[in-house]
Amino acid sequence: MKILTGNDLKTGAVTWWTGEGWSIHVEDAADVGEHGESIATAEEGARRVNAPYVIAAQATAEGPRPAHIKDRIRALGPTVRLDLTLKPADPAVGEWVI
Amino acid sequence: MYKYDHYDQAIVDARVEEFRDQVRRRIAGDMTEDQFKPLRLMNGLYLQLHAYMLRVAIPYGTLDGRQMRMLAHIARKYDRDYGHFTTRQNIQYNWIKLEDAADILADLATVEMHAIQTSGNCIRNISSDQYAGAAADEVTDPRPWAELLRQWSTFHPEFSYLPRKFKIAVIASPTDRAAMRLHDIGIEMVERDGQLGGRIFVGGGMGRTPMIAPEIKDFVTSADLLSYLEACLRVYNRHGRRDNIYKARIKILIHELGADEYRRQVEAEFAHVKTLGLDPPAAEYDRIAAFFAPPAFAADAPDTIDRSDPDFALWVDQNVAAHKQPGHAIVTISLKPAGGIPGDASSAQIDLMADLAERYSFDELRVTHAQNIVLPHVRKADLHAIWTALTGAGLAEANLDLISDIIACPGLDYCSLANARSIPVAQKIAARFASPERQRDIGELKLKISGCINACGHHHAGHIGILGVDRKGTENYQLLLGGSGAEDASLGKITGPGFDEDGVVDAIERTVEKYRTLRTDGERFLDTYRRVGMDPFKEAIYG
Amino acid sequence: MGELRFRDDATHDEPAVTLDSFFDQSNATAVRIEPGDDARALIPHLDRLALIDVSFPKYRDGRGYSSARILREAGFKGELRASGDVLVDQIAFMRRCGFDSFAPDAPLDEAVVEASLARYDDVYQGAADGAVPVWKRRHG
Repeated sequence: MKILTGNDLKTGAVTWWTGEGWSIHVEDAADVGEHGESIATAEEGARRVNAPYVIAAQATAEGPRPAHIKDRIRALGPTVRLDLTLKPADPAVGEWVI
Repeated sequence: MYKYDHYDQAIVDARVEEFRDQVRRRIAGDMTEDQFKPLRLMNGLYLQLHAYMLRVAIPYGTLDGRQMRMLAHIARKYDRDYGHFTTRQNIQYNWIKLEDAADILADLATVEMHAIQTSGNCIRNISSDQYAGAAADEVTDPRPWAELLRQWSTFHPEFSYLPRKFKIAVIASPTDRAAMRLHDIGIEMVERDGQLGGRIFVGGGMGRTPMIAPEIKDFVTSADLLSYLEACLRVYNRHGRRDNIYKARIKILIHELGADEYRRQVEAEFAHVKTLGLDPPAAEYDRIAAFFAPPAFAADAPDTIDRSDPDFALWVDQNVAAHKQPGHAIVTISLKPAGGIPGDASSAQIDLMADLAERYSFDELRVTHAQNIVLPHVRKADLHAIWTALTGAGLAEANLDLISDIIACPGLDYCSLANARSIPVAQKIAARFASPERQRDIGELKLKISGCINACGHHHAGHIGILGVDRKGTENYQLLLGGSGAEDASLGKITGPGFDEDGVVDAIERTVEKYRTLRTDGERFLDTYRRVGMDPFKEAIYG
Repeated sequence: MGELRFRDDATHDEPAVTLDSFFDQSNATAVRIEPGDDARALIPHLDRLALIDVSFPKYRDGRGYSSARILREAGFKGELRASGDVLVDQIAFMRRCGFDSFAPDAPLDEAVVEASLARYDDVYQGAADGAVPVWKRRHG
């Protein structure tokens, strides 16, 4: 599947296109098919996202899992500071990212 | 250290308001991201992997307790309670919001700090020797020159849209503690026939095409230094490549023109620029130098150290260096604790270091390009008290220049440019060599890790270097041997095929063990490598 | 605001010719130089030039800043114009390098231009605008 990601302009937070808006949780990311670029352009123009780009992801039971480790680290946080990730209490975070 | 006068303060304050307005216009949509990007970069603000990242300038790595406390305050108030000290003597915060950036800069300005030109295609932070003002082998304190250059390069109207970033280092001793030869311009202040001046090296750098800077001018008098640099920069601005981002540094220009032709062009420009009256008078140097006068050292400070505590003695042997003033010493605080993240410090640790500086080091600290902190002017009699305080805060690792004193870029855990994670590799290496006795037996071994070819971890200059690459979507690590960022500068050589994360740690262990079997008395790893070459190590690594 | 000009004299109506054309034509009084052109080639001809247009095809390409300073350092007193991809946040640096008129591709916000030119009372280094650098103020 293809999902769309970027950063919030004001806060810099990593965000994911849900189909209707932007969420900081990658589980909410929607499959954009071939429409990713046009959605990105529109959303960036309206300043609802900054520096968006389309990435490949696998659909899994827990939601989309970005294909590249870089985007998985973006999705959750640094592997070396699990306390700073979006899911500090989740022991499975390391496995999901790496 | 330097203190702002009202001119310096007004300039920094105006910059804050200028950036505040630029942010306002960006958020309102008056500027696109493409138009805003160079402006925010020139204020050290990156859009990074997790959020905006802010790189705060620590000019030539020198700061006082009050400034250190402000860095801790920013970590607490605007970030996640820690900061990362970098290989260019700056500090980075990884979780910054754009909407807070101007307020952060305003807070910094209250203590004479800023984030000016810590990114962008302009002249960056002027770096220097972390032992400046304390080392016996210096000809003069290099930092007044670094401060002169800082002011000259700040908002330089001609050189703010260079082909690429520009990094300058200034030292004043034959020992190079600042990797000066690996900068775009490196300056060694020297004395010739009673005159002070600079030996100028141009065209060093790491990254994709590492180069050691050739000497371009063997002596420029201090009175002409700024004009000469102006000429060097103008030739670069006019003729540096702009067609390819990977060929845009000045090292490429010098490589393609040849050092002789570059020198000729600079001399021609210098002859012209010298007539323009751009050089400040000696009185300005004197004004700045007065801020760097030696502190009021106690003349009768005891020169002995009570070594009865064995752990303290080990720390003294490893982390304490000789000071030119009897009874005094230079302390390096390691930010490389076992299992920690190289160069990171919590706000509590930063506050503690501020306290120690105020109490024991004439209120002065330095950041080193190896991502450690120095207390430059400590009394030997106070060393035990300092060490006790550091021990309580996890800052007393006795590993300066040992294998666990690793330089590591933030890598893929933090950086969108990275191909691989670097911090976990550093942690695994430190764990493998955890035994302090083993580390001391190995001796000086400068290990440097970069998560990508941009080489922010200076891997080309590591006795052992590691480069993280992306190999078909997975992280892979190349091993290099024999680099050095000191006055004996050399570039590391790749051993052969790369490894996965555990594989590179094993390869390093085999390398180190091979060194131990081959070394003769007193040889560091680097010395043995230079004597025997790559082959024995290659054999040991790959079998 | 389209064109922006900081001169008292009348605007120069004659179109700027390319550098190559300039050397062919004996009567051109306005020339345009590209980032890769050597501004010093014009030094022998400054007397007959009323306008030099320095082109900025991409705002990140900063070669025009050096061209401008070189021309002012050589004594050029005519109109020195920055044209093309010129953004409002660059005007202040360009003024310091000697530009006294601007022909940007996209219009500039007049209020932002005024604010940015008034932003800094002092400068750290000498350039082509005659502004007294701070080190000179410190020592008279």
